[in-house]
Amino acid sequence: MSETVIEVTDLRKRYGDTDAVAGIDLSIGRGEVFSFLGPNGAGKTTTVEILEGFRARSGGRATVLGQDPGKAGRAWRARVGIVWQKETLVPKLPVREVVRHFAGYYPEADDPDRIIDMVGLSEKAKAVPDALSGGQRRRLDVALGIVGRPELLFLDEPTTGFDPKARREFWELIRSLADGGTTIVLTTHYLEEAEALADRVCVISGGRIRAVDHPAELGGRASAQARVTWAENGARRETRTDAPTRTVTELAQRLGGEIPQLSVHRPTLEEIYLDLIKDDRTPEEVVA
Amino acid sequence: MSGDTAIPLTATRPAPPGALRVGLSRGWVEIRTFAREWESIVFTFSLPTLILIMFASIFDGMFDMGMPAVDYYLPGIIAMGLMSVSFQTLGIAVATDRELGTLRRLRGTPMPPSAYFIGKTILVLFLSLGQVVLLLSVAGLFYGADLPTTAQAWVTIGWVLLLGATGCSLLGIAMSSLARSAQAASAVVVIPFLLLQFTSGVFVPVMAMPDWVLTGASLFPLLWMGQGMRAAFFPDEMASMEATGGWDLHLVALALGIWCVVGLVFTLLTFRWKTKKDG
Repeated sequence: MSETVIEVTDLRKRYGDTDAVAGIDLSIGRGEVFSFLGPNGAGKTTTVEILEGFRARSGGRATVLGQDPGKAGRAWRARVGIVWQKETLVPKLPVREVVRHFAGYYPEADDPDRIIDMVGLSEKAKAVPDALSGGQRRRLDVALGIVGRPELLFLDEPTTGFDPKARREFWELIRSLADGGTTIVLTTHYLEEAEALADRVCVISGGRIRAVDHPAELGGRASAQARVTWAENGARRETRTDAPTRTVTELAQRLGGEIPQLSVHRPTLEEIYLDLIKDDRTPEEVVA
Repeated sequence: MSGDTAIPLTATRPAPPGALRVGLSRGWVEIRTFAREWESIVFTFSLPTLILIMFASIFDGMFDMGMPAVDYYLPGIIAMGLMSVSFQTLGIAVATDRELGTLRRLRGTPMPPSAYFIGKTILVLFLSLGQVVLLLSVAGLFYGADLPTTAQAWVTIGWVLLLGATGCSLLGIAMSSLARSAQAASAVVVIPFLLLQFTSGVFVPVMAMPDWVLTGASLFPLLWMGQGMRAAFFPDEMASMEATGGWDLHLVALALGIWCVVGLVFTLLTFRWKTKKDG
């Protein structure tokens, strides 16, 4: 990893007598797409809002773009883009006017029309925000998050409530931003979103990190034992193995050809994920 | 996609745009946004004019006011109109900005915090001038009201407008912080405003008010704004009808000036960019 954009040590946030964030260590490199994945109430948004400089932390150290986000000033904010989790009101003016107005806050803003084109709102440039669909509204949020040409972009649950097609289109937009070199910190509770977009996924639950890895490697997924099941003499048989190909070859020889009801199963990301967060799932947190 | 036309990013970025420039831009957005909300146009901007029209039409000749009803009620309703576009507008608008995330979004940008207040100031000044022009036009054109002719009277109107609108704006922003939601803000703002309208000489002359009511009302800006406006509009012999028995413009200036300072202190002490839920 080259330059570090976010460095966090023992980050904590306490509300009353509960730790919403209970000691997090992280390091995120320039150009990385880093995803926080976890159930609602896991501490994802709290962590991200501390890194955005919006929430004060109770303990630990945090450095974002070389500065403490809790004390960073306007010059730092000009380098950071934020797409908030909650829908936040924008002035009731045509899309182009809104993007142009926000561009005026930044020292080196991008061309508003180029950004509107990039997020796919060209045809809606003259529409007021109230006339946009949920997906279009979120695209406007992204446009406002990137019009200042941020080095670091926070996306907090950007596709909640999207239909599958809108979500796929949105992912393309995020990928094109990542290809342009923007460091992206994505918060989501959709597994497939983290898997589709992230270079690294950080599973967070109960305010603690459960695992950080490439989606394909998460929780020892790549090296986990495969489960081979088949039917033999009318009974269901099962074995766990590091070498499923050899197991299947041996079975084929022993059973002479086709193996009845053969299945080879490796843990899915979902199984790994549910296993990682099972310690502290309470009923109201089960949503994903 | 048109990624190939991206402007290259310089290694060290220039400083973000200054507060005045961003503030003027915000003021323009505030005015245009206000103009798009028919509710705000009707309830905040037009209500004083509607009241003036009703009073001028219904009460004319009903009581012995020594002058036509329109002349009698105009200064008080101008004062009330100014408080409406400053205190009521900002009290509700700032609470709404806070609840619906406008403030949160702005906090995430390099916008200088003062630009937000500059924008609101421009909005209130614009609405105040518009309010006075609307009321004077309706009163003058449709009811033949007697408008001030001396430069001195217009200067008085000018400074009462500025001091009154400033004090009421700051008080409104401070009130917005008391409300836990945008809906609650309407009640927190409208009810005290309504009480002040009835106790500060807008509808009922101060002479008719019990002492304790008058004492209470004199702690707030509306009574003094009304007195200042009456000084500019009414003939001098009407001064004896005031609570202090004279126009006492120095007291008006002092009271409104104190409210500007007190309002600023309240605003600085109570202003929050977040809702309570945001922690």
